[in-house]
Amino acid sequence: MSQTITEKILAHVSNKKEVFPGDYVVSDIDWIMFHDSTGPLTIKGFEDIGKRICNKEKIVTFFDHFYPAPNIEAAKLHQISRRFIDLQGLNNHHTDGICHQILAEKYVKPGNVVVGADSHTCTLGALGSFATGLGSTDIAGVMATGKCWFKVPDNMKIHYTNKLKKGVYAKDVILKTAGLIGSEGADYFAIEFSGDYIKSSSISERLTMCNMAVELGAKNGIIEPDEKTLEFTGNQGLFFKSDYNASYEKEFSIDVSQFGPQIACPNSVDNVKPVEEVAGTPIDQAFIGTCTNGRLDDIEIVARILKSYKVKQSTRLIVIPASMNVYLRAFQKGYIQIISSAGGIISSPSCGPCIGRHNGVLADGEVCISTQNRNFNGRMGSPKSMIYLSSPASAAASAITGEITDPRDYL
Amino acid sequence: MKAWKFEDNINTDLITPGRYNMTTDETQLGKIAFIEYRPEFSKNVKKGDYIIAGKNFGCGSSREHAPVALKAAGVSAVIAKSFARIFFRNCINVGLPIFICNQTELIDDGDIIQTNINENIIVNETKKISIPILSPPEFIQKIMLSGGLIEFLRRDSYV
Ligand code: SF4
Repeated sequence: MSQTITEKILAHVSNKKEVFPGDYVVSDIDWIMFHDSTGPLTIKGFEDIGKRICNKEKIVTFFDHFYPAPNIEAAKLHQISRRFIDLQGLNNHHTDGICHQILAEKYVKPGNVVVGADSHTCTLGALGSFATGLGSTDIAGVMATGKCWFKVPDNMKIHYTNKLKKGVYAKDVILKTAGLIGSEGADYFAIEFSGDYIKSSSISERLTMCNMAVELGAKNGIIEPDEKTLEFTGNQGLFFKSDYNASYEKEFSIDVSQFGPQIACPNSVDNVKPVEEVAGTPIDQAFIGTCTNGRLDDIEIVARILKSYKVKQSTRLIVIPASMNVYLRAFQKGYIQIISSAGGIISSPSCGPCIGRHNGVLADGEVCISTQNRNFNGRMGSPKSMIYLSSPASAAASAITGEITDPRDYL
Repeated sequence: MKAWKFEDNINTDLITPGRYNMTTDETQLGKIAFIEYRPEFSKNVKKGDYIIAGKNFGCGSSREHAPVALKAAGVSAVIAKSFARIFFRNCINVGLPIFICNQTELIDDGDIIQTNINENIIVNETKKISIPILSPPEFIQKIMLSGGLIEFLRRDSYV
């Protein structure tokens, strides 16, 4: 039988010749992740199981959701995780960026199976791996056994054809997709992103696309590995590809040359409108960063737009590189200097205000344009604040004018 | 035992309303299952009763409170046409048995039913019919029956 890439990976890691949607498998896991927000519960679950850690080298831990600690409560949570990490001798511990970004930069290879106690673990599918977010109890179980059970998902394929127009980016493409298929449109599916736009896209753009697979309800998002993946991952891993005649429960085709910049309006990721329709909405804050859009190419666009402008006095612009590696390269290239001189605030690599814990929390009635992946009510602070999701270019242009702005006027 | 019938798309907020989620105490959670949506359920549910539902049971947030509450309320299994993904996983991991049945319309509220896992059927004693269910493979049933993933892994392991 012909198989999709997701089926091939799951069959491979569960020692089967082939698997079908709806099958249950027990897989060996390559990378297991928890972070400061989900760590304490994972640790509790692990201690309740009462077994030893199965494979320390496979566990990667992060302090990124509220690091450095903004208050005593957060500091205590760090203490719980730090004690466990030290006691167990877990050596893959990071404080130098957002979990999904660092996993992409340093750990995950094509064909790997990655599970994390975080819903956006699906980001890593961009490297041709099977990656999915799980609950803390599940992660505790994987730490004790090195294995995890999965129900093989149904398959959806989205073909992206043609080239992007000026001022349109991967983020606009995935927002447009969310608008078209809805926030539950891919419930339980493995989404395979494909087509000539995907082939021509960079690894960073692919990470942005797969990052948001879960916002459509998917179990995982995945992109077939190619020469770019090979180069990015240092020639390692297993290269699975979908058979040409593999079957998909649902298929869509999206012509990426047919739309301009997109904005997801409050309070749901599928409430998507062309930027022209919301341009002029006053904002208090623009935030560029997160596991969705905190990479070097994202920061480069911001610097390019801000080069001959200043951030409007009444508006806060916050830029947070997704990792220390991104930060240093942005510094070397002069982007950090340009953004700071224009009045932007740069914070150390972390999730920042994405979940409303620190570094840019919103007050009642405040409006933020953000490059993150979720705009649920109250995510960035007050339940009476509002979040618009956009590309880094749209967010940067909006910081100049203090209102939602079409970035094409500034490119 | 008695069947409690629910429609399609029952979300986790209907099972355990957000503002009751502050506790992780199981007995407490058991008392609040469907407290606003169907108050007579939380009052009258008996140990061993079943929940019978339509499509997409357990959609909404990923909170584990919802399956924990149903289990603590005494529900012996949830039988639905389909389940939301995270809820499905959570049920297995917290030890709440779930079964997929494509013909839940053959069971009405208040019917007396039994499951026979060995034969993959539900016996509707009120209507004197048996209805097929899809039961998950043995190792998943083992996790559910041992009371959840943590209990299962304490004693056992995957093969
Ligand atoms: S940046 Fe936001 S979405 Fe990404 S891992 Fe951090 S909190 Fe989650």
